[in-house]
Amino acid sequence: MTSQPQTSPNTENPQPVATAQPRPTPGPDQPTFEVQGLNVWFGERQVLFDICLRVQPKAVTAIIGPSGCGKTTFLRCLNRMHELSPGARLEGRVRLLGEDLYARQVDPTLIRRRVGMVFQKSNPFPSMSVADNVTIGLKLNGVRRKSLLQERLEQTLRMAALWDEVKDRLQANALSLSGGQQQRLCIARALAIEPEVLLMDEPASALDPQATAKIEELVLQLRRQLTIVIVTHNMQQASRISEITAFFYAGKLIEADQTKKLFTNPSHQQTEDYVTGRFG
Amino acid sequence: MNDLHHQWRKAKNWIVSGLCFACALMVLLPLGLVVFHLIRMGASSIDWAFLTQLPNRAGEPGGGMANAIVGSLILISLAAAIGIPVGVLGGIYLAEYASDRRRASIRFAADLLNGTPSIVWGIVVYALVVRPMKGASAYAGGLALALIIIPLVIRTTEEILQLVPNGHREAALALGIPKWKGIVFIVLKTARQGILSGALLACSRVAGETAPLLFTAAGNDSWSRKLSEPIASLPRQIYDFAIGPYDDWHRQAWAGALILMMVALAINVTVRILMRGSSLPSGQMTQM
Amino acid sequence: MSAAAALSALPGRKSILAPPSKAADTAFYALTFAMAITVLALVLIVGVELFRGAQASIHSFGWRFFVGANWDPVNNDFGALPFIAGTAVSSILGTAIALPLSLATAIFLTELAPAWARQPVSTLVEMLASIPSVILGLWGIYVMVPWLHDALFPLLKRYFGFLPIFQGPIGGGYCMLSAAMIIAIMIVPIITSIAREVFRAVPDSQRDAAYALGATHWEATRLAVLNASTRGIFGAAMLGLARALGETMAVTMVIGNRPGFSASLFAPGSTLASTIANEFVEAVSDLHLSALFELGLALLLVTIVINLLARLLLGALGRKTRLGL
Repeated sequence: MTSQPQTSPNTENPQPVATAQPRPTPGPDQPTFEVQGLNVWFGERQVLFDICLRVQPKAVTAIIGPSGCGKTTFLRCLNRMHELSPGARLEGRVRLLGEDLYARQVDPTLIRRRVGMVFQKSNPFPSMSVADNVTIGLKLNGVRRKSLLQERLEQTLRMAALWDEVKDRLQANALSLSGGQQQRLCIARALAIEPEVLLMDEPASALDPQATAKIEELVLQLRRQLTIVIVTHNMQQASRISEITAFFYAGKLIEADQTKKLFTNPSHQQTEDYVTGRFG
Repeated sequence: MNDLHHQWRKAKNWIVSGLCFACALMVLLPLGLVVFHLIRMGASSIDWAFLTQLPNRAGEPGGGMANAIVGSLILISLAAAIGIPVGVLGGIYLAEYASDRRRASIRFAADLLNGTPSIVWGIVVYALVVRPMKGASAYAGGLALALIIIPLVIRTTEEILQLVPNGHREAALALGIPKWKGIVFIVLKTARQGILSGALLACSRVAGETAPLLFTAAGNDSWSRKLSEPIASLPRQIYDFAIGPYDDWHRQAWAGALILMMVALAINVTVRILMRGSSLPSGQMTQM
Repeated sequence: MSAAAALSALPGRKSILAPPSKAADTAFYALTFAMAITVLALVLIVGVELFRGAQASIHSFGWRFFVGANWDPVNNDFGALPFIAGTAVSSILGTAIALPLSLATAIFLTELAPAWARQPVSTLVEMLASIPSVILGLWGIYVMVPWLHDALFPLLKRYFGFLPIFQGPIGGGYCMLSAAMIIAIMIVPIITSIAREVFRAVPDSQRDAAYALGATHWEATRLAVLNASTRGIFGAAMLGLARALGETMAVTMVIGNRPGFSASLFAPGSTLASTIANEFVEAVSDLHLSALFELGLALLLVTIVINLLARLLLGALGRKTRLGL
């Protein structure tokens, strides 16, 4: 999932380096994420250039852009997963609710409990049952009380709109579920530890339209309680479920704005080209 | 195209195919013959007495290999107790933590060790343990076998862990689970059949080793009362009886060999069954 | 309960999760690292102990040790040449016997066998590898050697007796040739398995190209697979040879155990490993023991060199396979 830097796009009016701010943002809430001057490398290769973005709380922010533009890399910087890749390097500032994520004394493990992630390819743990998959995050983080685990199991499976489908086979192996169910299981698993944010990396890209619709419905429900950042290559999906959309291209943030505005009246030519399907 | 030439090429094809098939059969012939003779010469001698009695005095027919069987069990247990944890943990380091350079050098060292003739281990442990202790012992024998197990299990563990898709590790980390817990409770759990198989195969391999035991565990005509004493083992007993002068010893050697072969076979079959239930491909697991 | 309702039923935001312990992470890393390092330590230990044990012998004999033909424990004079020669002859001959059979079997398994036959045959070949050396030796003593002595050796002597290697008395049959044959049986599985990997590494496009030229099955195999695999085949042979060098028990049981030289394959002999096995426990003197250590050191070094050579020849494949098994 490396981001390939693209060659300079063939635009008529070369744009200055994008430092778009979402505008106008509703509410005086402190932004969940505040990203300033983020530059990211894989070894010698720079993949993100000077990203500045604010992610609003209790809303869905969609990240769109063509393949290889750095969307996933950006997402992984928000929960300190990027540093797991070999040769990963990062400069700039990422703040979670005011706290510097990359300060020296910050434990990435703690960050990842607050910022959960759902991956493109669903990855339930294969040697465990459905129930164990959901509760493993809690168990391995010290929660022992069976009653609490049971309660949380049911709650998160309901939150993931999966409870009715699996309540009779909680002990079945997780791989016995369908693709869409497995992905919702992964969502439940991520939700079990009560993160404040949920990062979703193209969660429905491998699923059929029905399963995709279920995931989108889920996102719309969840956003009232969680901040959600979702990477998607499906523009219709972004316009359906997000309040804010950020358009990335070749490692730069071209534009970030309210979704309706970005899709109907974008400020940058590149954005317009992309959303109207002239390339991508 | 010359029709005769074409016929000749087709004939050549069949001849060569036939030859290759014949060679494959020839290669398997010794296997069949060994199994056949083991059963023919040994089966009738395996009875309760054989399994529970000590060897009789030299020249007296009868007696059994009880001490050798128990001795082998003890030696393998000692070897496994030391070798398997070291090997598995080392394999975890290679697969989960090591940088490319470190991994390459440790793998290289493990491969060197794996290629060491097993009698060399006997010499080394003799120098390290038997000489200072002034005598052979089960400890020495167990250690020699453990040293064979360690590089073997390190490699098999590493191989099987590398088959675990990285997505699982990432998912575990994304849940805020500390790395070591992710490895122990999730990654290892996924790979457990493979790791267990590797450990079992290593045990099966050392169960049949004689050379390293020759001057470390030596042998014992009777029960060993302490682990610091020399101890009998099945391969050693088979060897002693096989080259000995008495026909009755030869008979018992066949019986002992049949038992040993059955144990090795049982472990191999167990491993195959184990690997079938695994979610990971077994690849070269059964090649030892 | 709808998803939204379930969400709002969650208890307050205070975390119920236990704080992670940095110490545990570090401790586990340290533990696994320490265990992995043992192999490096073991390599050192093996080298050091063999060297130390061989010191007296090295000191007394220097290079003469490897060219001296006299192994005399009574007079404390030790020359390892007979065993070096014995090891070389038995191992090389054993590999030479095993190689064509293994290659043919490997070709059979990768190119010619019907799909249903591949797994069973390959499993059986692996089973051959799992026979302990001492059991094969037992079978060698009481089944193989008598048969060789009664059937094969007289035939060889009758038709090939003009060759120096087949001259001389057949004796009991416990001889160099028997040792070579038993070695061949033991190393066939490893050569076959490596050769299969080598053949599998040849891309199908090569075979397709040969077929497109109208080649028969065998011709395609020869053109596309064998031609491209020469280095790999040598590598497989080297690995077999390395394995052969270290075989102790089965060889000891059929080789006759008489140090000395003879051009005849029907004569008994000794190898480095068999001598160590036979004489170590009852070493007559400290120098004798030291000489045996030096034999072990020599054996180890030769095995390592051949293994490295094999690794080189096999290239990337060599790094992938577990050598020496």
